[in-house]
Formats: sequence, C-alpha cells, structure tokens
Amino acid sequence: MSSHYEAPIREPLVLGEKSYHDISVDVGAPVLGKANKSWWIVFTIALVAFLWGLGCIIYTISTGIGVWGLNKTIGWAWDITNFVWWVGIGHAGTLISAVLLLFRQKWRMAVNRSAEAMTIFAVVQAGLFPIIHMGRPWLAYWVLPIPNQFGSLWVNFNSPLLWDVFAISTYLSVSLVFWWTGLLPDFAMIRDRTTSPFQKKIYGILSFGWSGRVKDWQRFEEVSLVLAGLATPLVLSVHTIVSFDFATSVVPGWHSTIYPPYFVAGAIFSGFAMVQTLLIIMRKVSNLEAYITVLHIEYMNKVILLTGGIVTVAYITEYFIGWYSGVPYENYTYLSFGAATGPYWWAFWALIICNLIVPLSLWVKKLRRNIVWTFIVALIINIGMWFERFDIIVIDLSKDRLTSSWTMFQPTFVDIGTFMGTIGFFFVLFLLYARTFPVIAQAEVKTILKSSGESFKRLRAEHGDD
Amino acid sequence: MYTLPSKLKLFSIILIVLGLVGITYGFLTTPKTVEDVKKIMAEQEAHHGEGHAVESHDEGHDASFVDEARGEEGYAEAAMEQAADTHAEGHSVSHEEHVLHQLQTRPWSATFVAAFFFMMIALGVLVFYAIQYAAQAGWSPVLYRIMEGITTYLLPGSVIVFLIVVFAGTHFYPWQDHDLVAGDKILQGKAGYLNFPFFVIRAVIYLLGWNLYRYFSRKNSLAQAETNNYGPYRKNFKASVLFLIFFIVTEATMSWDWFMSMTPHWYSTLFAWYIFASMFVSAITVIALVTIHLKNLGHIPFVSDKHLHDLAKFMFAFSIFWTYLWFGQFMLIWYANIPEEVTYFIIRIQEYKLLFFGMLILNFVMPILVLMNSDYKRIPWFVVIAAVFILVGHYIDIFLLVMPSTVGHNWGFGIPEIAAFLFFLGLFIFIVGAGLGKVSLRPKNDPFIKESENYHF
Repeated sequence: MSSHYEAPIREPLVLGEKSYHDISVDVGAPVLGKANKSWWIVFTIALVAFLWGLGCIIYTISTGIGVWGLNKTIGWAWDITNFVWWVGIGHAGTLISAVLLLFRQKWRMAVNRSAEAMTIFAVVQAGLFPIIHMGRPWLAYWVLPIPNQFGSLWVNFNSPLLWDVFAISTYLSVSLVFWWTGLLPDFAMIRDRTTSPFQKKIYGILSFGWSGRVKDWQRFEEVSLVLAGLATPLVLSVHTIVSFDFATSVVPGWHSTIYPPYFVAGAIFSGFAMVQTLLIIMRKVSNLEAYITVLHIEYMNKVILLTGGIVTVAYITEYFIGWYSGVPYENYTYLSFGAATGPYWWAFWALIICNLIVPLSLWVKKLRRNIVWTFIVALIINIGMWFERFDIIVIDLSKDRLTSSWTMFQPTFVDIGTFMGTIGFFFVLFLLYARTFPVIAQAEVKTILKSSGESFKRLRAEHGDD
Repeated sequence: MYTLPSKLKLFSIILIVLGLVGITYGFLTTPKTVEDVKKIMAEQEAHHGEGHAVESHDEGHDASFVDEARGEEGYAEAAMEQAADTHAEGHSVSHEEHVLHQLQTRPWSATFVAAFFFMMIALGVLVFYAIQYAAQAGWSPVLYRIMEGITTYLLPGSVIVFLIVVFAGTHFYPWQDHDLVAGDKILQGKAGYLNFPFFVIRAVIYLLGWNLYRYFSRKNSLAQAETNNYGPYRKNFKASVLFLIFFIVTEATMSWDWFMSMTPHWYSTLFAWYIFASMFVSAITVIALVTIHLKNLGHIPFVSDKHLHDLAKFMFAFSIFWTYLWFGQFMLIWYANIPEEVTYFIIRIQEYKLLFFGMLILNFVMPILVLMNSDYKRIPWFVVIAAVFILVGHYIDIFLLVMPSTVGHNWGFGIPEIAAFLFFLGLFIFIVGAGLGKVSLRPKNDPFIKESENYHF
C-alpha cells in the first residue's frame, strides 16, 4: 500500500524497542490474561445501569409512551436526542477505519479496532431508540416493505424515518463486516498463542481458518480498500439521512440545508471525543502506551479541532442566516438570540461553551498533548454534543409557529433511566470486548513497525536512510 | 526551467484579443432604451411565429414563479413579497423596463461567470495547497511548484472579480437600489449586512487575506529550497493553518455577498459550502491537467503516474462530494417546498432545464464512470477526458448560480458568454504559464520531498 520510506521528521508511531513478537504479546495479553478486580467493579456498575435501563424500557412499552416527559407539542425529546447522539458517536469508528485508510494515515492502525467496536456498540444503542420510542413497537416490522395479506400494503418511501431504517441497518451490517474482516488475522493470532483448548476452539471458529497466505493477504487488502471506499459514502449518507429527519420538515430551525454536512461534521466531532475518552483509559489499563501514543492523541485532537471548526462555522451560518432570512419565527430556533435569552438559555450556552469555547484550548500544543486535559475536553464535548441535539430538537419544537402551543419539556425518571441504561449497555459491551478481542489491529501495526517504529527510525537515522 | 511553449503563448494572446473584442461587442450592443427592447421583442415574436415562448415569459412576470408553481392553492402574502425579487424591481416598473435591465445585465453576468470561474480555480488550488501543508502530506510536495504556478493567477483574477462585483451595482445586486429597498421591508431588515460600504470592505478583506497568504507561502516555499533547516517550512505550516481558518469563514461570507445576495430574499445555509465544492473539484482538476501538460513536455520526471492517480482520485471523490452537497440543498428545498425558498429552483428548472440537469451528468455521472477504474486513473488521456467533463460541468454550475438570478429568462449563450470565457482562458494560460516559468519545478529541501519522490503504492 504505502512506501517503506518515511521522512525522518515524522514522529514514531510505535514507541520502544518493539519487535513483531512484542506486538503479538502486548496485544494478546488482555485477552489471554485474567480480569482484575477493577474490571469486575466497573463491569458490575455498567451491568446494573443496563438492567435498570432495561427495566425502564419494559415499563415504557408495557405502560405506554406517556411515562416519558413528552407532550403534545414536543413529541421528540430525549429519545431522538439520544438516538442522534449515539449514531453520531458511532461515526468516528468508520471515519478512522475507512476515511483514514483512504487517506493512508498510518496512525489509524493503533486506534481503528477500538473505534470500530465503539461504532458497532454505539449503533446498537442508537438502534434501540427508533423501536422503543414507537407507540406500538410490536408493529415495528411494518416499516419493512414485506409483501403481506393487506393487499400487499407497503411503506411510503418518502419519509426520512424510513430512510433511517435502511441507513442504520445498512450501516450496522457493513460496519460489522468491515470490522470482522479486519479481525480475522488477529483472531488467528490469539488462536495460535493461547494454551487453553477452550479458547483455541472459540478463536478457531472466530478466525474462519485464517492461515495468512499471500493470496489471502492480497485479497484481504483489496476487500479492505473496497469496503473503505463503500463505507466512506455510507458514513456520510447515514448521518445525512439522520439529519434529514429534521431538515426535510418545515419546523423553523429544523428546515435548514446545511444540516447534512453539519450533522456529519458534528458526528465525527463527537465520535472522536468518545474515542479519546475510551482510549485514554484503555491505553493505561491494558498497557498499550507504546502503541496508542501521545502522538495518536494529538492527531485525534487535531481531527476534533477540524470538525469542531466546521461545526462552529455551521453554527455561525445558522445564526447568521436565521437573522438574514428575516423570518420572525427564526428567532426562536436553537441558534438564535431568542434561544440565548429564552427559557432554554442554559441549554444554548451549554452548547456554545462545550462545543465551541472549550475545544478552542486544543489549539495550544501543550494542552493538545496533555492526556488529562484531552480526557476532560473529550468528556465536555460529549456533553456538548448531547446538548446540541437536545437544543435542535427540543428548543425548536418548544416554540414553533403558534404561540398557543408553546410549551416546555420535563424529562421523567424513565427518560433519564433509559438513557443511563444505554450508557450501561454500551459499557457492558465495550468492557466485554476489551477482554476478549484483540483491541489493537496487530497485523496492521506490524506493517508499519519498520517504517514508523521508534527503534527502526533511530537505526535509519544512524545508518542513513537509503 | 519551464517556458510556455511559443504556440501556446500565441494561442493565449489570440484568445485574449478575441475575447476582449467579444466582451466589448457584448457591452456595446445592449439595448439602451425601452424602445430598443420593444423592437427586440417584436422581432422575437415575429421569429417565433405565434410567439409562444415569449408569451409565457411575459405572463410569468406579474404572477411570478411562485404563483405558477402553487397555482390556485393559495399562498401567503409574505411569500408573494419574497418571490417578487426574482425580478429585481418588483412590481413598480413596467415589463419592458425590466427586460431592458436584464438585457443590459447580460454582458456583466457573462463576464462575471467566466471571471469567477477562473479565479475560483486559482483560489481552490491555493486551498488545496494549504491543505497539503497543514496535513503534512507525503505524496504531494513534488507538485508544490505546479500549484504555486497556478495560483499566480489569483492576484489578477481576484482583482478583476473584485472590480466586477463592486461596479456591477444593481445589475447584480438589487439591494443596492435605494428605491427598491425603500419599499421592501425584508431588504430593510438585511441592510445591516447588505449595504454598499460594508460590502466593499468585506471584499477588500477577502482579497487581502487570500493574496497575502499566496504571497508569503510562495516566498517561504522558495526560501525553503535555499536553506538546510526547516524554518521556512514551519512558517508555511502555520500560515497554511491560519489561512484555512480565514478561508472557511471568508468563503462563506463571499458566497453570501457575491452570489446569494443576487436574489436577496432567498437564503440557504448550505450555499457557501456548495460553492466551495465546485471550486475545489475544479481546482484539483486543473492541477491534474497542468501536471499532465508538464509531464508531456518532460519537465517533471520526478512526478510519476502514481501522483496522477492520486489527483484523479481526488477529482473522483470531490465530484461525488459536490453532488452530495448539490443534492442536499436541492432535495431539502424541493421536499419542504417553502415558497420563499423554492423560487430559486423553480426558475432554474423552468428556464434552464437542460443545463440544470445536464450539469449533473457532467459533474457526477461522467467522472464516476470514467474514473472508477483504478488503472484508468493513471492514463493521462483518460484523466483529460474526465477533466473536460468536470470543468465544463462546473462552468455551467457557476453559470447557473449567476444567470437565473441576474438575467432571468433573458439568457443566451452567444458572443458575450463565449468571448468572456475565451478572454479569461487566455489570460489564465498566459499568467499561469509565466508563473510556472519563473523557477525550477523541482521543490528542494522540503522535509517530505524525498517521501514524495519515492512515492508509490
């Protein structure tokens, strides 16, 4: 794929005196070893949150959607906020694995596996909401165009909510296949390294008999490239379609043509923040600091800066065009003078501070390379991007065209519990993943060891690089 | 050292002269009075027999496009007001005067379309160049001199565009008409942004910002070739990042100023980025064309077909990206069908149907078909074919941004348009040729140059 020569000015991506063997050992260790106490504690907390959320979901479905805080004006609130938030988080995974592959960014290799895992687990959480926010979720299969005994009654393909069904399900399946394909050589590595016959059996099944022949690798690379080429437009279109849920409407604040690229940029922004949150902890607890280096964190911070900048320009555009349009209704949208001073002023300013002001600190190189600060900023962005979706949905709905239907939204404990439950479920899945899957694509990292490994770069500096 | 081949030089001079004559002709032959317009219309009517086409145009005026689209369903009074600006003067002037104004605008618009088209190529190349620096790209440093050569055109090109937008007045920008604003509440509301002094100040800022970055990045890039430390490179890195921030903001305001305010009631939040996509894909296409030209003449042996492959990939990808934004804007406006927004597309579909949809074939379908195959992206003549599709397509795109908003249905593609295109094409070739010729085309001492020269995949 890429040239073996690398400019000396580039910083190394693999630190220390690592050999191919060391990589296998380091990546295999968390899978082959035993879980420690803190893992069990965190896992239990996540599991409890998940079970609580499950209870809330069952309560909602069995009692009715009225147990949520929705009202006749605001028919979408936490449900769709959380849906868009989770889908957005998922986007960084595909961006890292597909878009960065197309741009031949070698640094992606240490982070892509976990980012993709995060994608899949986040999309699973997102996928819950379109079902559970239905009034009659047991009829959810009616959204599928299946021939039936109602005179073959079909769906209307004009609704972006139906496009969502196709977008999310395609996105989940393609991401899953892409992820799994990349896992084959790594599962095979675990299969070959483990001493337990049970693990050997399991990883033997999971790795589909991968034996790493030349022909296999050749096709493996080609498939990765084709899937990356397909996943890139997919990732753009999925969040675009999610944005269409709002932008196709005539609700002031929702109807805005910038939504497709702006939502995508916001998705990458929030997704990378989540990757930072997870990987900063993972590199520590799984002893992967030699692979997920400060440089990786800095690069991800740069992507956050870029997408955050794009989102900021979109905010300014929305704000400006809201004024420029001269439409009086535009003064009550989520980015307007009215929102900044109205009853949801706190949500407006939470968005501005978390997404616009705090990330500006990453322009300072010292802070960008500071792991603790990065972790804090990433958390703040995650909160800010939740508020962005909340503001778009709730503020815009709360003050629509008729003043007689203006109202406010109050979440109930079921709204909150369901959201907490998805966070718990996400971490249950992610924690299980971190213990059973090779969290770094070791086969890929091995391909850059000799061009970008610290010790090899030093050797080249000493002996000349020709 | 490259020199513009003498035949090409002569060709460009001929284009400039021919273009200049044609543009002058275009300006001199516009009708001067309402009487002229009546004569023209009478002639047209005679030409068309029963005058069917002209008739429908005429009727379209008082009712405006919104009414036609909405038929008898009824529409808000406010929407009517909004729609009134598809013809700049509203209802206060006679139809003949209106046509007169549009006919007088035509040479202005024709010149502006071509002037902006070539300027945006230079500007787009500058952005691409800045991105290469900011991204520390390892493949593209061998192309730096080529990109710098193309951006030579930015200074003269942007000055010409600046002069046109400043002096076009009410030909382009109805909000500069005081009588119109006096009777229009919506425009009064926008006067804080859409007023002439601020408009000019903004244009000056864009001009300064873009050209200063061009000047300093070129200077640093040449200084890098003379030194052994990476000082100038580091300066350029910082300058590029700052320029990109400056650019993303000014590109948005530029689009609102120069294009969106041609129909000052209409607005779309995506608009600025849509214009950027057009700019960017055309720019990359021109880099590829110039690279192929230089390669054919044997000036750049260090550029391989792998570099061409990458450029072609960018042409391919950003053609799709452009289509994505085009669709995003079009579909959302079509779907919601809000009267004050939809006027923009109604006039384009009713009066420019072939161009409007033909552009999609040129800008999307053809690049996909031609450039999908990996091997084809390394074959120069294949890339040239795709490039022709893309450049023609994006010329039409700019044409469709300007013409429907300024001359409405009184458009044509004749001497003024062709002459303006030829003039700026000639100027572009001449200036870029001179720009490429000043220094060696091989950038030296760039930290990534060796990576770039050894680049293969």
